[in-house]
Amino acid sequence: MSEPTNKGRRDFLVAGAGVAATVVAPGVFLQSVANAGPRDTPVSDKVRYGMLIDTTKCADGCSDCVSACDKENGLDLLNKPEGASDELWDMQRPRWIRSVKLRNNLTGRVTSLPMMCQHCEKPPCVDVCPTGASFRRADGIVMVDRHTCIGCRYCMMACPYNARSFIHENVQLKSTAAPRGKGCVESCNLCVHRLDNGGTTTACQDACKHGAIVFGDLKDPSSAVSQAMAKYPSVQIRADLQLNTGVRYTDI
Amino acid sequence: MKKIHYREWGIESPRYWGLLAVLAAIVAVGGFATLYMEHEGHWVTGMTNQIVWGTPHVFAIFLIVAASGALNVASIGSVFGQTMYKPLARLSGLMAITLLVGGLIVLVLDLGQPARLIVAMTTYNFKSIFAWNIYLYVGFIAIVVVYLFTMMERKANKYSKGVGVLAFVWRLALTTGTGSIFGFLVARQGYDAAIMAPMFIIMSFAYGLALYLLVLMFAFDSEDRPLGDLILLRLKRLLGVFVAAIFYFTVVYHLTNLYGTENHAYEAFILRDGGVYTWTFWIGWVLLGMIVPMGILFHPALGTQRGAIALASVLVVLGGLSAIYVIVIGGQAYPLSMFPGHTIIESGYYDGVNGMARSYSPSLPEFLLGLGGFALALLVTFIGIRVLQFLPASLSNEAVDPHHAK
Repeated sequence: MSEPTNKGRRDFLVAGAGVAATVVAPGVFLQSVANAGPRDTPVSDKVRYGMLIDTTKCADGCSDCVSACDKENGLDLLNKPEGASDELWDMQRPRWIRSVKLRNNLTGRVTSLPMMCQHCEKPPCVDVCPTGASFRRADGIVMVDRHTCIGCRYCMMACPYNARSFIHENVQLKSTAAPRGKGCVESCNLCVHRLDNGGTTTACQDACKHGAIVFGDLKDPSSAVSQAMAKYPSVQIRADLQLNTGVRYTDI
Repeated sequence: MKKIHYREWGIESPRYWGLLAVLAAIVAVGGFATLYMEHEGHWVTGMTNQIVWGTPHVFAIFLIVAASGALNVASIGSVFGQTMYKPLARLSGLMAITLLVGGLIVLVLDLGQPARLIVAMTTYNFKSIFAWNIYLYVGFIAIVVVYLFTMMERKANKYSKGVGVLAFVWRLALTTGTGSIFGFLVARQGYDAAIMAPMFIIMSFAYGLALYLLVLMFAFDSEDRPLGDLILLRLKRLLGVFVAAIFYFTVVYHLTNLYGTENHAYEAFILRDGGVYTWTFWIGWVLLGMIVPMGILFHPALGTQRGAIALASVLVVLGGLSAIYVIVIGGQAYPLSMFPGHTIIESGYYDGVNGMARSYSPSLPEFLLGLGGFALALLVTFIGIRVLQFLPASLSNEAVDPHHAK
């Protein structure tokens, strides 16, 4: 009488162990894979990420970097809310990078360039944020902690570059690389999800077929960006504010 | 000194409840407007990624500035020892609290994440003037509550002066903090000026006193409580002086800007080419907010008529809203000066192509939220004076000055 019962129990335990192993093991395995990457080491100030934009190479009418950023960071997943006016929505939709065309008032020379968060060493947005949600990482990336951002937009008032966007609408679809929600502020984070997972490039840089965007570690003299900066004269936008921006431009 | 008697506001019940019902309805409409904006998101407002602070901020900042100014009447009595102002002190303290609460509620409800107020109260970045302001505002309310207690509880009367001094110093800090929200913004041409803080202080003197006068005259006239010319004319002269002081600061602010070439374009925008902002500046801020009220208040005949004094006070309030509108919205509408010596001829994100201003049209829900804050401040004030002894039984000439010759 007792045999079938024991057999049943044994079968159950074996099956249970099998199921448990199947369910838990991949998690354990994935966990170890994730920890094996650079994410197990804290962000270090031995690195400072930055960019050099060579405006002589930036082509008039090209918006490849803008589209690539929109795709990479899920900005293209946001739709105009029903009933919103096109004109107003265009001013309300988030933009991390944009193309700007300038004309020199004296010489008439025209320059095209991409504008985005300049990743200041002394960012005004970080200074004014009441909760510290707007912060600068040790490696120079300026970004927003979406868990503590209260949506006051003081950082947007303070940014000299119009680099920040507020999420004006409910978000249905979001990218895992840059999850977002209504009522918080965000801006370019130099594709931090790539860098933290071993990547070395940004989406805009990869997309620029003219080679106008050079990205890398400003503190590493052998990096492409450092070498380019050593070779060409470059400027900071609004250098008068002495923010020591991580993004520099040539030939403005 | 003659003992001052205080009495609750005694207008007939139907009028009182009717007034409360109207104000409560405006508050409710403001509440619904907020729910709508929070549910849908800010896309239903006129605010954009370029004009990030809109009409709610105009109302909120006005109310917060006026709140600190409303306390002045009490300060003149207890800090500067003007006994004639003593009977006015309680209402002054009450309005300082109610106006501040009205303003703060508007500010908080316009946040992208109002439910995260708890985060703002627990996580601080002390380099931010906003973080300091949270302490300044909450501290102000606490100090004024204690101040009111020392005025209203006889046993605590002896501490009234000390607490009054603290409240006065605190209110100066508070308005400095509010003005510095703009003074510290290096990015924008219209802000980043140290004069913002003292200018906000002097604005607070006038806006707070104008609202105070309106509430005082309304409360007294509505139940035929005696309000003598002696005190009223003194208050209206003070209002005239405060408005003149705003005039002075406005002139100095723009003249100093005009001296530096880098600010010429911004000044041209506000003073000449800015469309709605130029109109709001000249008609709202300058003409209706300063010139006309000064003309009324200092006019030998007009300045003694109660209707005219009330009108001047209303104009000062409207002028104040115009001034804050020009500062907050006009300051954002003027494009950022990112490339000196260059003209932006194309932009993917409204960078002021050919120097064009950023556009903003206030939406109805924003306006209703702001109005709701105003109504809330008045609602709480009227409940306060009804249930507690905030108003002196009489402000007749004899009551305020025993030596007054009839």
